[in-house]
Amino acid sequence: MSCSRRTLLKNTVKGAIAGAVPLSALKFLSPTEVKAAIGDAKVRWGFLVDTTKCVGCGFCVKACKKENEVPYDAPVTRTWVERYVITKDKKAHIDSPMGGRDGFTSRQIKDDGEPPENIPPEEITKAFFVPKLCNQCENPVCVQVCPVGATYQTPDGVVLVDRTWCIGCGYCIMACPYGVRFFHPKYHTAEKCTFCYHRITKGLKTACVDACPFGARRIGNLKDPNDPVTKAILSERVAVLKDEYGTKPQVFYIGLDYDVR
Amino acid sequence: MKNHVLRPLWLAIVFVAAILLARYYVVPSDFGVHPGVHGKSFTYGFYRQGDIQDWKNFKVKYRGRDLCADCHDKEFAKIKASPHSIIQCENCHGPAIDHPDNPATLKINRSRALCLRCHADLGYPDSNRAQIPGIDPKEHNAGEACVDCHNPHNPDLEDME
Ligand code: HEC
Ligand code: HEC
Ligand code: HEC
Ligand code: HEC
Repeated sequence: MSCSRRTLLKNTVKGAIAGAVPLSALKFLSPTEVKAAIGDAKVRWGFLVDTTKCVGCGFCVKACKKENEVPYDAPVTRTWVERYVITKDKKAHIDSPMGGRDGFTSRQIKDDGEPPENIPPEEITKAFFVPKLCNQCENPVCVQVCPVGATYQTPDGVVLVDRTWCIGCGYCIMACPYGVRFFHPKYHTAEKCTFCYHRITKGLKTACVDACPFGARRIGNLKDPNDPVTKAILSERVAVLKDEYGTKPQVFYIGLDYDVR
Repeated sequence: MKNHVLRPLWLAIVFVAAILLARYYVVPSDFGVHPGVHGKSFTYGFYRQGDIQDWKNFKVKYRGRDLCADCHDKEFAKIKASPHSIIQCENCHGPAIDHPDNPATLKINRSRALCLRCHADLGYPDSNRAQIPGIDPKEHNAGEACVDCHNPHNPDLEDME
């Protein structure tokens, strides 16, 4: 291979220019340009859970399973309700039988790996219910780890799974810090809450939001400052789950407690 | 170059070409990096774009109670004026899907379990559960259907027959 001084110089200059372009592009982008690059930046779905309103009826779980065709009697679910009973000895008793699908109809509570317990009311210092669902993170780790591009973040911020493309390796199920993913018993692909993408994109609310009689679950557009949910998130004291992971959850909670992880 | 060097080389080239050709046919044309929340990001936006439409096409099954008002106006008006006004019809009767075309009728669930979701007294003082009038399922007319005595569409105790 031969290389004249002329071509060497030419290529060096070309390379320098090529190298400089992305740098300058990064530096001089105005906020408007960034918005344009992001595409349709008018919608970003967010969720607000008011745990103080939840009574543990489980209608949200039932509605989610039926709406989204998650096999009803399989022990997997896209959303679930956890019961927390804190006793005077400061112990937290936590359960979620069948994800709370049939509600909580007795005082009997079964901690992981322990026999069922009937805690008398005078032992209880506080007790409450916490609905859980996919946090539709700003930085979804489940998407980062997918080796084939089967799971992704839509422009309006919802993380979806492409069932035709998923190879069922299970990396995303392991990666999610919130444990919201599982294998679909029928399709054998990764499955998760979609914020009822087929409903919210038609102007409906998610099935769980519609099912909740007490307004414990709400969904809204975080990019719309006049959206009542956005207003509530901005004006009330809200928290997110496992903030320390840096995933930036978009499901906000009112009334979280030390024991809720 | 010697033949025994070239032969495996050709084989390798044909192999790679076959993979590229297969890839061309297997990978859909809308598969790639698409703009999203993080701009054009390989990390978050590498996918088949048609899948978004596939998810949008999923069937809606819970239709909301305004739909029921047209045909079941009696039940609708009754429950609207009752202490149960906050409960959606489909919570108790199941998803409407294409009712009354398919299914022609919705199930009637007369089980005690349906009512106990909210009315079983758990004795959790600071939970909103305590705001709902509660009963002890083992004590309160055990074995009988709640709806034999209470009207699910108007449970007001004043209006009990
Ligand atoms: C277009 C009219 C129409 C609409 C809208 C409609 N229904 Fe019906 N519904 C019917 C008809 C017709 C029947 C069959 C009546 C029969 O078999 O006695 C029926 C039957 C039922 C039954 C069983 C009644 C029985 O006596 O067994 C229930 C429960 C029911 N509907 C609930 C609902 C709910 C909840 C909604 C709203 C999500 C709804 N329906 C919307 C027409 C309608
Ligand atoms: C709290 C649960 C619950 C809710 C909410 C509810 N229903 Fe019912 N519904 C029942 C039960 C239980 C029966 C059966 C009553 C019986 O057998 O005595 C019933 C019966 C019916 C029937 C059969 C006719 C009758 O009156 O027995 C219709 C029609 C019906 N419901 C429609 C509706 C519609 C429409 C709504 C919403 C506007 C609604 N229901 C909300 C529990 C509910
Ligand atoms: C989603 C939760 C929920 C379900 C399920 C439910 N209820 Fe209720 N019920 C309520 C609420 C909330 C009230 C109103 C409480 C109030 O405002 O005082 C109520 C009120 C009542 C009352 C009146 C109590 C009183 O003191 O006036 C009766 C009786 C009753 N329900 C019976 C039933 C029966 C029977 C069923 C099953 C068909 C049922 N409920 C299902 C939530 C529920
Ligand atoms: C044999 C008829 C009968 C049956 C069956 C029955 N109840 Fe009652 N229920 C009553 C009567 C009468 C009252 C009002 C007097 C009282 O408080 O006991 C009542 C009161 C209630 C109250 C109000 C309690 C309060 O403190 O305000 C609730 C809630 C209730 N019932 C729910 C249910 C539920 C849920 C079921 C099914 C698991 C059920 N009932 C089954 C007759 C019945």
